Amino acid sequence: MREEPILHVRNLNKQFGRGCVHCRDKTKRQLEKNYCPTCGTVYACQDVSLNLFPGEILGIVGESGSGKSTMMQCLYFDASVTSGEAYIHNGELNGKNVFALSQQKKRYIRNNKYGMVYQNPVNGLKMNFSSMGNIAEKLIAAGNRNVSSMERTGHQLLEHVQIPLFRSKEEPQNFSGGMQQRVQIAKALSNNPPILFLDEVTTGLDLSVQANVLDLIKEIQREWGISMIVVSHDLAVIRMLADRTMVMLNGSVIEEGLTDQILEDPQHAYTQRLVYSLL
Amino acid sequence: MNNTTHFAFFDEGSKKEIRRTTLKAVAIPGYQVPFASREMPIARGWGTGGLQLTLSLIGKEDTLKVIDQGADESVNAVSIKKLVQQTTGVEVTDSTEAASLIQSRHRIPEVPLTEEQILVLQVPTPEPLRDVEASEYVTKRLHAEEEYSGAWLLLFEQIMKYGKTATGADHPVYVNGRYVMAPSPIPRFDNPKMHISKALTLLGAGREKKIYAVPPYTDVTSLAFEDYPFVVETFASHACHLCGANDVFLDELVNEATGKAYYQCNDTSYCLDRLNSQEQVEVEHHHA
Repeated sequence: MREEPILHVRNLNKQFGRGCVHCRDKTKRQLEKNYCPTCGTVYACQDVSLNLFPGEILGIVGESGSGKSTMMQCLYFDASVTSGEAYIHNGELNGKNVFALSQQKKRYIRNNKYGMVYQNPVNGLKMNFSSMGNIAEKLIAAGNRNVSSMERTGHQLLEHVQIPLFRSKEEPQNFSGGMQQRVQIAKALSNNPPILFLDEVTTGLDLSVQANVLDLIKEIQREWGISMIVVSHDLAVIRMLADRTMVMLNGSVIEEGLTDQILEDPQHAYTQRLVYSLL
Repeated sequence: MNNTTHFAFFDEGSKKEIRRTTLKAVAIPGYQVPFASREMPIARGWGTGGLQLTLSLIGKEDTLKVIDQGADESVNAVSIKKLVQQTTGVEVTDSTEAASLIQSRHRIPEVPLTEEQILVLQVPTPEPLRDVEASEYVTKRLHAEEEYSGAWLLLFEQIMKYGKTATGADHPVYVNGRYVMAPSPIPRFDNPKMHISKALTLLGAGREKKIYAVPPYTDVTSLAFEDYPFVVETFASHACHLCGANDVFLDELVNEATGKAYYQCNDTSYCLDRLNSQEQVEVEHHHA
């Protein structure tokens, strides 16, 4: 029997702008790349569907502006979707379209079911609060009101991501980029979320730190069995992390399959260009 | 056209607007209601929010008391008192019991208030989440969604840094189990006085243009973690050097000559009352 996906997304659409007579009708839409040449409306995600299975890492690649980060932001409720459905098969959320839930419910999902690691730690961390406080923020939001238990969890997580404990009360603004990224990962993991989003986590880090962070992610996946969606334009990252890969271009998914298959035998012209430009 | 002079500094339109805002604030305990803060003859940040509430509420039969940091005679209290008295002709008093309307900065009087009294507090920063979130647009949404982890986070950070919640004043409170409210910079010592208080408490922030309220007999709970319970300042080992009280909020003062600290009641009218009644007892005793 085929396992049920933990996250199922169907026909996610996200547009910026109101659209016009030339582009509102999907069947007659003639876009230049992903925006309407007449009214300038950007169709950032067009009918994106995906399944994320328990314990797997799904990679999403695509050039800049292909809609991969927008899709991630929609799933994490940082941005609202224009249309589409998403289902999380975990506990009490079974069978509910999470995009249609109230803001409070969405916040609950963010705090309890999701972890997010942004490309820029400034988005994920409060830079002028201690790293311990940053981790506690998520625990508090999930309803924890016990300082010593939060401190315990915080210490464990910081140890796990190799932040020395004597720096746990220091603000992340004093940390190096790699350390900030690791604090962000610790924060994202604080509530044992079943789903973790990673948005270009290694971009902007130097190679040795990149390897460090990637090792950490791989290890977390092995030990904790968390399902992850990894967005990256770096094929090396995707090759190392992802079990399956989706390729996006101009807001649409153009190819999807096992990572090895995509990288060894790309079918779509764009994917071929992408893979060969690397080799 | 009505040509009679308006009562109490404000025109009728202003009073109406502020009273309407106040009514809404009372109807939604702890919710910050925006209002069109007027230009006042004192500078913003010097009690204009409280003054506007006072002037919109005051009637000819009222007796007014104004306190500044516990004192009735400090400059700010005196000038506000003068302004209100000159524009209304109402009586002013130092006695907490005798007042029907009490405007206060940073303190709730030591004498328990009654159902007949209204307490007006001056507020510099009405937003308890301001230190974690600078945007008003966002904090409004956070209040609407009952998302107060920011307020808890501020307390958590204090525990991380100092080993205890170190809010000297303005310790956030839950009002009626719904809204988290900044109780104006009153010391933690005064927070419990708001809980199931018999008097109506109104809070006005003139510069931030917000009015909010704690209606009589409303639940007010101070935020506290399970293992770090809310504690008020205690002065058990000290006593007021004038009246000997030690169950009230005391100011620490330094004797310049000896360099030693001594303590005195922060609420001056309470201290004076105690001294007077002690004297009364002594006089009666002497003559008996």
